[in-house]
Amino acid sequence: MFRQVAHRILTRSTTTYSAGAAATIRRPYSTEVVADASSGDSAFVEAWKKVAPNIDPPKTPIQYMEPRPPTPSTLPSKLTVNFVLPYSAELSKAEVDMVIVPATTGQMGILPGHVPTIAELKPGLLSVHEGNDVKKYFISSGFAFVHSNSYADILAVEAIPLDRIDQAQVQKGLSEFTQKLNSASTDLDKAEAQIGVDVHSALNSALTG
Amino acid sequence: MASTAAVPFWRSAGMTYITYSNICANLVRNCLKEPYKSEAISREKVHFSVTKWADGKPQKPTIRSDSPED
Repeated sequence: MFRQVAHRILTRSTTTYSAGAAATIRRPYSTEVVADASSGDSAFVEAWKKVAPNIDPPKTPIQYMEPRPPTPSTLPSKLTVNFVLPYSAELSKAEVDMVIVPATTGQMGILPGHVPTIAELKPGLLSVHEGNDVKKYFISSGFAFVHSNSYADILAVEAIPLDRIDQAQVQKGLSEFTQKLNSASTDLDKAEAQIGVDVHSALNSALTG
Repeated sequence: MASTAAVPFWRSAGMTYITYSNICANLVRNCLKEPYKSEAISREKVHFSVTKWADGKPQKPTIRSDSPED
């Protein structure tokens, strides 16, 4: 606060002198603003400077965000993957060879240089290939975004490593929902039972296959 | 399971994507082994403090804990 007061006194006293002196004192200050404006909204910064010339324009959240790297001219050898859940980031900027995601249209392998795509994911197996290592997760549902710079973002509601699935629960759930599907009367009940069957059979095939 | 229809079956039954994905996530959570299962379910718990308004005054608040139904 005192710093701002000092600025104000300083600028006020300099304006009473020549305009040139004021400009030399303010120069480092204004270049800072220009540097900001390059990434911010220039119209807003202009308007701000008119109203409050002595105060820095506020930074918007986008100015704190690291921009995505540009699309490289040569094909990168690795794919950069961000795999996030609501409660944790399973993979953050992990460099991998390939990921296979369970898209609603079928299994989709993503390699470096993949065309930009948005894919809706169904319950199924997500595998992350890094050298000879294959990490497998079962994801409930979500979306995969593939960017042109060989970045892939995978968002899921729930994802679990394969070894944490309880085979007995899967079998129980599968038979329970198959029964529910046969006895369901309304459309909504039927859809719920169908989802149950889909999820459990996907879990089952992930475990067996 | 892969559907070629314009609208998925859950959507035509009146569900939203949020409902669908939450049902899927709950089913997956229920198939976890212990201790991961209780950990995952506790993460999804929601607590509400409910206060009824009567005669122009708030009544004593009650805490309601909801765990997602499966």
